[in-house]
Amino acid sequence: MSRAGLINLALFAMLPLTAGAALMLDEPFIITLATKVAILALAGVGLNIALGLGGLVSLGHAAFFGIGGYAMGILASHAQSFTPLMQAPFLIEGTKSMPVIWLVAVIAGALAALAIGALSLRTTGVYFIMITLAFGQMLYYFAISWPAYGGEDGLSIWVRNGFPGLNTLDPIQFFAIAFVLLALALWGAGRLAASPFGLALQAARQNAERVETVGLSPYRLRLVAFVISGAVTALAGALFADLNRFVSPTMLSWQMSGEIMIFIILGGVGRLYGPVAGAALFILLEHVLGGLSDFWHVYLGLLLLLVVLFARGGLIGALAGREVAHD
Amino acid sequence: MTEPLLRTENLQKSFGALRATDDVSLDLRPGEIHALIGPNGAGKSTLIKQIAGGLAPDAGRVVFDGQDVTALSTVARARAGLGRTFQISALAMEYTVLQNAMLGALGQAGSVWRFFRPVMGDSALRLRAEQALERVGLETLVTQRTAELSHGQRRLLEVAVALTLRPRAFLMDEPMAGLGTDGSQTLTAFLDDLRREAPILLVEHDMDAVFALADRISVLVYGRIIATGTAAEIRANKEVREAYLGEEAGV
Repeated sequence: MSRAGLINLALFAMLPLTAGAALMLDEPFIITLATKVAILALAGVGLNIALGLGGLVSLGHAAFFGIGGYAMGILASHAQSFTPLMQAPFLIEGTKSMPVIWLVAVIAGALAALAIGALSLRTTGVYFIMITLAFGQMLYYFAISWPAYGGEDGLSIWVRNGFPGLNTLDPIQFFAIAFVLLALALWGAGRLAASPFGLALQAARQNAERVETVGLSPYRLRLVAFVISGAVTALAGALFADLNRFVSPTMLSWQMSGEIMIFIILGGVGRLYGPVAGAALFILLEHVLGGLSDFWHVYLGLLLLLVVLFARGGLIGALAGREVAHD
Repeated sequence: MTEPLLRTENLQKSFGALRATDDVSLDLRPGEIHALIGPNGAGKSTLIKQIAGGLAPDAGRVVFDGQDVTALSTVARARAGLGRTFQISALAMEYTVLQNAMLGALGQAGSVWRFFRPVMGDSALRLRAEQALERVGLETLVTQRTAELSHGQRRLLEVAVALTLRPRAFLMDEPMAGLGTDGSQTLTAFLDDLRREAPILLVEHDMDAVFALADRISVLVYGRIIATGTAAEIRANKEVREAYLGEEAGV
């Protein structure tokens, strides 16, 4: 196995090993941290499809993360208050079922990404960054000013949503759910990168004119990538809200978009396991440095600066070397 | 006379006061190589862009296979069968030679909306890509990263990608540039055969190649076509000699 392969395997095994060790030592908080890493990594895997494969620097992915969060919050809040979402023209009730919530989150995230992407992808470069940021902020302020679902205060869900056959309130079982979804997303993203679509998408990042000349539309390729990316990030948002049993406009803030991007940059842009490495490092720093100082973001900024200046392949790039695997 | 496959009708394009394309009408007939020559800055690349898409003319039409394609995008024209190679290589530099050729085969097959099966395992696409690479003599370099190719090898890869498209007509913008004497002789022989598959509109600075290959030559000077004819007619044309070939003694 190549060095990069070993590193990926180690990264992949790190989460269940940590959670398993925490279970033996009876440290549920550590399990919760591992769950948080898995969920944030999942959000990063989503963004990485747009950013790493498509070269689309979206600073508005918190929109999809938050939409997933609110999909969970809205459905669960109606279920816990026994009020339907809608009575006419047909009845829609809330739900506490995770699979249903995930499905709604994924569809809502995909539709939002379709609308935002269809407009944003007409621009490139810095304009694309700004327009995705603007859409993200629109949703952020919309959530703040929407009193029906808590407005600025957010929404609390009293009991974690259910999954058939599992006790989701048991930290290790909820971790297992998050980890399996992360594993599936990593597998899917890996397949996507090597697929015909992945070949064309990554070519569009390198040279859009070339892709046009072979009769493929870079716009369509990017839009589909953006939709898949938004859907995966929305799924992560639904899980994140379930982890905290709380959803608030913070999930939609541009700082959140920045954090998801930081996972990718720390781990390595375009690396399949980059978001896993980045999210793990981020949470580790948050808890080690955050314990020392409330201003730990200073050190995060410093680290980010070092990575960007000296290790542009991120953590994985620094460990595995710059060589990217070819078929 | 056979019906032309591709023709431009009174194309006009100005950038400010500069008339980059001035009433250009030319055609490409089945089975021929039509060379477009002219000094630097004559507007050859501007003209190619209007034919391939990507640059809209101010006036005039581009007609391909009886259909007015003037309003169509680059993508639609490529799908219709225009196979273009670029003056400055437009390749996916991080990809291997084979991946670039696979991209062309994928575009032609139109089977891009597949998200799970590895593209490199698609034997039909792979065969087509490998055949195209073999035809231009790049078969030993399939696993090489494109960024590591020499300038001349990139030109050949451009031609190979165009071959995977199985186009109805080729638009080649200086395919010989940077090839060296041996390379350009090999490519000249190759294009000589290729015209039987699809006609070639060839923009080229290498006069040996142009006069060896072209069935017809059009001379573009300051955005205008000042003459169109066979190699012999162009050599004998006084206006062409004064405007252009005068500098190239011994042609």
